[in-house]
Formats: sequence, C-alpha cells, structure tokens
Amino acid sequence: MGLLDSKVCLITGAGRGIGRETARRFAEEGAILYVTDYLEGSLDPLIGELKEKYHTDVTPLYFDVTEESAAKAAIMSVKKGHGRLDVLVNNAGIMRDNVIGMIGQKLLHDVFDINVFAVINMIQLANKLMSRQRSGSIINISSIVGLEGAAGQLVYSASKGAVAALTKAAAKELAPNGIRVNAVAPGLINTGLLQAIGENKIQENLKNVKMGRLGEPIDVANVLVFLASDLSGYVTGEIIGIDGEATV
Amino acid sequence: MANLEKYNNAFIETFEITEDKLAGLKYQDIEAWDSVGHMGLIAALEEAFDIMMDTDDIIDFSSYEKGKEILSKSEYGVEF
Repeated sequence: MGLLDSKVCLITGAGRGIGRETARRFAEEGAILYVTDYLEGSLDPLIGELKEKYHTDVTPLYFDVTEESAAKAAIMSVKKGHGRLDVLVNNAGIMRDNVIGMIGQKLLHDVFDINVFAVINMIQLANKLMSRQRSGSIINISSIVGLEGAAGQLVYSASKGAVAALTKAAAKELAPNGIRVNAVAPGLINTGLLQAIGENKIQENLKNVKMGRLGEPIDVANVLVFLASDLSGYVTGEIIGIDGEATV
Repeated sequence: MANLEKYNNAFIETFEITEDKLAGLKYQDIEAWDSVGHMGLIAALEEAFDIMMDTDDIIDFSSYEKGKEILSKSEYGVEF
C-alpha cells in the first residue's frame, strides 16, 4: 500500500526536473495523477513510463499556468474526472534574472506571472474543490534564495520569497477548511535549470553546501511525498529547506 | 428543480434567510453576507449548477439580481 493510494494529485510543470521526478514518486506511492505542462506532447514519455511501470491512472493537461481560463478548465477537468482534488503541487516556474540596473519590465512580469500570480490563481481554483471535501494539501516550490536572497537573482529571489509568504498566508486562511499549505525551499538541485549555469559555477557554489553534493530531484520529490501524504496531516504553513545545509 | 429555485436556495441556505428577503438583497446588506459568506454563497452556486466561476465574476457578484445576470452569461449557461 502506497502513501498516496487513491489520492488525486495535480502537479504543474511536470515535464522535467523536480516536477517529473515528483510525478514518478507520486505514481510509485499509488497516486492518481494529473500532470501539466505548456508544451503539447511533452509529457508523452512520462505518461508512457508511469503507465507501464506503475499502472498509474495519469492524465496530461497542456496549458499555460498564467492563463486563468485555461487553469480553470484544467481544474474543471479534474472535477469531472474524479470529483475531487487531494493534492496540488505548484511546481511550474521559471528562473530568469539580471543584475540590478538591467532588470526590464518584461522580465519582471514574466517571472512574477508564472512564479507568483499563477500560484495564487491555482490555489484559488484548487480551494474550490478542496473546501467542499474539507481536506487537501497544497505544496508550493519556494527556494533557498527566496529565504536568503542571492546576488544577481533579485527578481527570482523576490518571486520565491513571495511564494514563501503566500504559503504562510494561505495556510492560515485555509486551515479551518481542512486544507494544508506548505512549501519547500530547495537549494542546489541537479536539474537542467542548474546545469544551464555551467560546470565551473556549479563547482563554485558547491563549496557552500556543507553536505558536499548537489541535491537530486528525488531529494525534493521525497519531501513532497511526505507533504502530500497523511504523514504530514498536522503540518501546515511550513517552508521546508532541502539544501544539504547550504549557504547563499 | 428549476434553476431559479436552485439559485434562491443557495441564498436561503447560505445566509439562513427567507425567500421574501431576496429581491433587492445586496452584498453586506445583512450580517451573513460578508466576505466569508460571499465565498460560501459562490461555493453553493458552483455546486448547484456544476460550474466554476471566474474570479472577476465572483467580485462583481454584488447583489441577488446581479448574480442572476452573471450566471446567465453564455459561459455558465444558467437560464432563469
């Protein structure tokens, strides 16, 4: 018996990195999955893998999380499909930045539209289903830089700091409805996003991780399993660091 | 059950009022229709009509009559 048996879970941005690994771990734990991405067909390999390996009831939903009507349609399809939503993982996000003095309005809007405003919107939509069933777990992805800040990452840090703050606010507001809201704050996680900064920079940053290794997507996914499951039934409003004791 | 009856019942059950109080009723006219009560009303209507309302429409839903106008929009398709 899995930790997420029969729980209906929606994971945004499941096409790669932490989202993809989370979908795998949730499937392994028996979840019924809705996985989303914006690129049509990009989830096909994952869907095939989950069905073959875990016999998962998994449905892909392709939409842009920043479009309110599309997000609403996605939640409606979950409602029509299973009549409930037990877990929402707000994983979709982008990491773009520039140094102070070169932060343009488009960059600001792009990052906040996806990393913050879409998350708030998804929480509002998920709440419609979760409030009716008087239960649910919402998990947001913050970042170590959202809590500590990082030079050269003002916009991304601010967006992930906002995620931490909105997680705590939502937890307070939704606790009476039986809905838990938590976030994780990953450090250096070995995803495509991190690889993009280059090996030299990675090695330089690694010196600040006391455990001496990069985190892997599964390190994050395992914590998300805990937060999604009933094991964390009395945990809400928490921001859990997953960083191997890193400093920024 | 007719749509008007479903609509009225959402108000009556959420705010614990009688049908004769519905006409002309506006947001915050009564203690029960505060912001929390408003979300309860929206949840009751969404459940009754199997719809999911847009945030802008939830904000614009300022009276008993305005609510009927909003639900009559094509995207919700509720006929009164």
